Amino acid sequence: MRRTSIEPTFQGWREAARGLLAAGVEPRDVLWDEAEGEQPGLDLVDDAPAAAVQATARVPRAFMALAEAAACHSDAERWAILYRVLWRLKHGEPRLMEVAMDPDVHRMLAMEKAVRRDVHKTKAFVRFRAVEGEEGTHYVAWFEPEHHTLERTAPFFAERFASMRWSILTPRRCAHWDGSALWFSEGVPRSAAPSADALEDLWRTYYASIFNPARMKPRAMKSEMPLKYWRNLPEAELIQPLMRDAPARVRRMIEEQSKARPPE
Amino acid sequence: MEVAAKLSILADAAKYDASCSSSGAKGRRGGAKGLGSTEGTGICHSYTPDGRCVSLLKVLLTNYCIYDCQYCINRRSSDVRRARFKVDELVALVLDFYRRNYIEGLFLSSGIIRTPDYTMEQLIAVAKTLRREHGFAGYIHLKTIPDASPELLDEAGRWADRLSINVELPTQENLDRLAPEKQLVQITGAMGRMKERIAEAKADAAPRRTLPRFAPAGQSTQMIVGATEATDTTILHTASELYRGPELRRVYYSGFSPIPDAAAGLPLIATPLVREHRLYQADWLMRFYGFEARELTTPKAPNLDLGLDPKTSWALRNRERFPVDLNLADREELLRIPGLGTRNVKRILAARRWHRIRLADLARMRVPLKRALPFIITDDHRPRLLNPDALDLRDRIAPKGSQTDLFETAFAALHGEL
Ligand code: SF4
Repeated sequence: MRRTSIEPTFQGWREAARGLLAAGVEPRDVLWDEAEGEQPGLDLVDDAPAAAVQATARVPRAFMALAEAAACHSDAERWAILYRVLWRLKHGEPRLMEVAMDPDVHRMLAMEKAVRRDVHKTKAFVRFRAVEGEEGTHYVAWFEPEHHTLERTAPFFAERFASMRWSILTPRRCAHWDGSALWFSEGVPRSAAPSADALEDLWRTYYASIFNPARMKPRAMKSEMPLKYWRNLPEAELIQPLMRDAPARVRRMIEEQSKARPPE
Repeated sequence: MEVAAKLSILADAAKYDASCSSSGAKGRRGGAKGLGSTEGTGICHSYTPDGRCVSLLKVLLTNYCIYDCQYCINRRSSDVRRARFKVDELVALVLDFYRRNYIEGLFLSSGIIRTPDYTMEQLIAVAKTLRREHGFAGYIHLKTIPDASPELLDEAGRWADRLSINVELPTQENLDRLAPEKQLVQITGAMGRMKERIAEAKADAAPRRTLPRFAPAGQSTQMIVGATEATDTTILHTASELYRGPELRRVYYSGFSPIPDAAAGLPLIATPLVREHRLYQADWLMRFYGFEARELTTPKAPNLDLGLDPKTSWALRNRERFPVDLNLADREELLRIPGLGTRNVKRILAARRWHRIRLADLARMRVPLKRALPFIITDDHRPRLLNPDALDLRDRIAPKGSQTDLFETAFAALHGEL
């Protein structure tokens, strides 16, 4: 059994995996260990003959893209799965990535999908609150991603809100944009984020008005906007009352409509 | 009137329009001075308890209207409260919401005030102010008025990502009865003109040109379902003509639901939501699965089966084409298997060259086996031949309990995996 301690990032895994592969260490003999801040097993890479590293560098592009995304997943087993797929690619199954239903590839795909969804939901449900300061308005959001995705998501916000100053605070990491550069800092507690924005009442007004009480589909809503996100959404406090009042509103509409009608 | 009060009236007046997605505008960004960006697929920033996505700020500029469409809450004979945004009020609202990441952009429509041209000019002013004065690069969808002059429609396309004109009802006879001022030929005529402008702009998009692209996200429209007795056959036929002729990107189906102060002559009950979903499913089948409108219904059953998705219904009517061997069949045949979506068809085709497909593979890909099994052959599964007399097959594969099914179909309609 080979205990391999890596920095829990794609880079960290890749360096270690290259070395292990070059040294011919089989997946079932590796015990992956996360060591925040520690140097990855660089010595392994150095020990390996250069030609072997070269050879291992050639893997299908589909694997690299998928592995980079899967590496952001919070599942501790991801490093072992990635290495197992890499091993199989290099040991007789070069087209493995095309077999989406293979159990290992399927796990990778599922992790990539979860990460993609996490990124997407961050883009969707981050809510900035304006904080006025000496340097003008600073837009600050609190968010709790499920996976290690903040670095993947931040460039989207930098592009979309390029002319603003903003910060996204999370328990693990924080992302900041000052109008020209993107940088990251340590995570903070929720209490570090602003608790309200004057515009939220107007947003709630909109949310309540755009809802059609004659078409209740709460399960569809919850599947796209799971409960865990609600506590950071200013409009979420309206969901229960809107649902509670909906049947009565519809009944009233229909009663009035039938009253207005001449008897047939 | 305060902005909040206007917002509540003018959002309420806009909520019956379903065509509010923000897809199809590829990468654009406002940069260091401007604000906003668009991606290929729009983002839903929230959902309301009706299951609908909140992506754009969907409002009317005003709900005053000189027309009298019976199904519409804003028609001149309805006694709702009226309001009208000033251009600057609405522009500020879009920017403020956008900066807080509540929305992807604006979906702007309007009742018709004074004349169609005057109304169109007001809508254009909002879009133009956002783009020109604020460098707004977010998504803009403008509702256009078919009776407005062609020059104004052209200008709308220069500022908007998507343009739409609602056909509202599938036939002129239906329109005559419920929307006497509207002409189907006028509507499709305007759509045809837009189609040409869009094509010109695409051809013009050579790197050196700096012309703004004309409505890069194309056109869409909406049809109200259940306000008249038009059958699904008629509705799907009209939709397929709109995809073929003016090349619309999307047709939206909006199940009629009771409105406050409704006109006499409209149904008192809401169209079952499941009918709307069946139409969306049929629509996906036409756009991505190679189905023709005429295959989806029959003269005997001119409406889609509410209890069963349209692909499975079709398969039951065409039993002689099944079972299909997943390890041999071509793409077109695979796409017609109930429960097998476009993504899984692609995966099967890719994997098949290196790997024999078995049932466990399908389970892993979340293919709904109960629905698919009678129609497929794999190395470890060969159904008994589909006997046309096995009339209980429908009962065996139709989902039990309409609630679950409604949820399932809502999901399918959204993601198009059928
Ligand atoms: S023209 Fe539009 S807003 Fe006016 S009544 Fe008809 S559908 Fe309603």
